[in-house]
Amino acid sequence: MAKLNAGYFKSTVGQKQIVGLMGLLLCGFVFTHMLGNLIIFIGPEAYNMYAYKLVSNPLIYVAEAGLVAMFVGHIVLTIKLTIHNKKSRPQAYAVSASGEKKTTLVQKTMAHQGIIILVFLILHLITFKWGTVYTVEYDGLVVRDLFQLMVEKFNQPLYVVGYLGCLVILTMHLSHGFQSSFKSLGFNHPQYEPKIKCAGFAYAAFVGFGFISQPLYIFFFL
Amino acid sequence: MSKDGNMTIHLEVWQQEGPNEKGHFLKYSLEQVTPDMSFLEMMDVLNTKLIKEGKRPVEFDHDCREGICGTCSMVINGDPHGPQKATTTCQLHMRSFKDGDRVVIEPFRAKAFPVIRDLVVDRTSFDRIQQAGGYVSVNTGNAQDANNLPVRKQDADMAFNAAACIGCGACVAACKNASASLFTSAKIAHLALLPQGQPEREERALAMVAQMDSEAFGACTNTGACSAACPKEIPLEHISKMYREFATASSRKRDS
Ligand code: FES
Repeated sequence: MAKLNAGYFKSTVGQKQIVGLMGLLLCGFVFTHMLGNLIIFIGPEAYNMYAYKLVSNPLIYVAEAGLVAMFVGHIVLTIKLTIHNKKSRPQAYAVSASGEKKTTLVQKTMAHQGIIILVFLILHLITFKWGTVYTVEYDGLVVRDLFQLMVEKFNQPLYVVGYLGCLVILTMHLSHGFQSSFKSLGFNHPQYEPKIKCAGFAYAAFVGFGFISQPLYIFFFL
Repeated sequence: MSKDGNMTIHLEVWQQEGPNEKGHFLKYSLEQVTPDMSFLEMMDVLNTKLIKEGKRPVEFDHDCREGICGTCSMVINGDPHGPQKATTTCQLHMRSFKDGDRVVIEPFRAKAFPVIRDLVVDRTSFDRIQQAGGYVSVNTGNAQDANNLPVRKQDADMAFNAAACIGCGACVAACKNASASLFTSAKIAHLALLPQGQPEREERALAMVAQMDSEAFGACTNTGACSAACPKEIPLEHISKMYREFATASSRKRDS
């Protein structure tokens, strides 16, 4: 048999598996981030204290390093594969497929969604992580008042609209990414494939609505 | 539609002199197309007319015309093998179209399938993937008693399902990344599920994936467009099987 054994990491199959694995781990991050944000509905103190406990834990550096690695792995490999994929069809079709043979817009634009999400992520970090530091005191403990920053930002109509737009894109990305990751990792069987698909849609919708709920709540009620 | 039920079809057919030439669409309104004609018969009528008018006929691939050889190609109104599911172009009939329809016919477009002329593309990249490992080279001896080689029913069914691939390339044509994953995975899965395929199972997965990558095919993004366009309805799950086979083989590989 031909000796053409390229390494796992050099193959598109290996790279797609890593993209999928990183994607799933990021799905987990996005999910916990959203749950954490929901604490805002309990009240400003609960929310600020949650954020404080998170960043004052020394393990945060390990978690952040892991997160950066996941993002970098996912993004760098996807850029590489997308360029490769684009080169594979130098001339586009004059007419695109319709009916049962067509590809959905969400599936076709995964890379574009990714770019928007990346830009959003950077702006998001600048606004919140590295943004204005307000402080508040609870029982003699001075902590960062993230709640106030959120109220400030989410009372700007333009900011809210942009934020919502990005979250719709993120929801789309997750809805295909979740199930696609499982397939890349080798899980696709008629017994559970429909369930994974359903779970993916439910997950994406839950994350999307969860994230959208806070700006809307702040904009309309605070 | 005329009284006899015949149709006029407004064709736009891709014409390209050679691999490096610029192509263009030939516009031709074909009259008297009967709904019972197969799509390729309609192309034959077109070519007869073009020849009679002293023009160059349109080149297209075909052989068996009964949906088993995988030679016919064509992307019809954006759909590889046309609008009907589980159907090759040669098995498609003009009854799938209406009088006055505009029908745009393009070649399979992929870097790994360069256009030779008009609608004829070079699909030898598929042959090279197949040659990299899509066979059994161990001597299996004479035919044994069937009961000596038990095959689990569901494996036999899935192997047969994968073996139904006729290698037409519609999966590549349909995929937004021009990926050959469905084809390659069907070939890998077919032999991985049968006893005769076991000794070379891992080398096969490694070699065929490596060959697939060395041709100019894209990577899979699990859109499922390949499976939807496949005239044999090869399911997407074979691709996940290929991923499992390749990962396992990679983890167990020894340099020999
Ligand atoms: S000509 Fe053989 S499959 Fe269409």
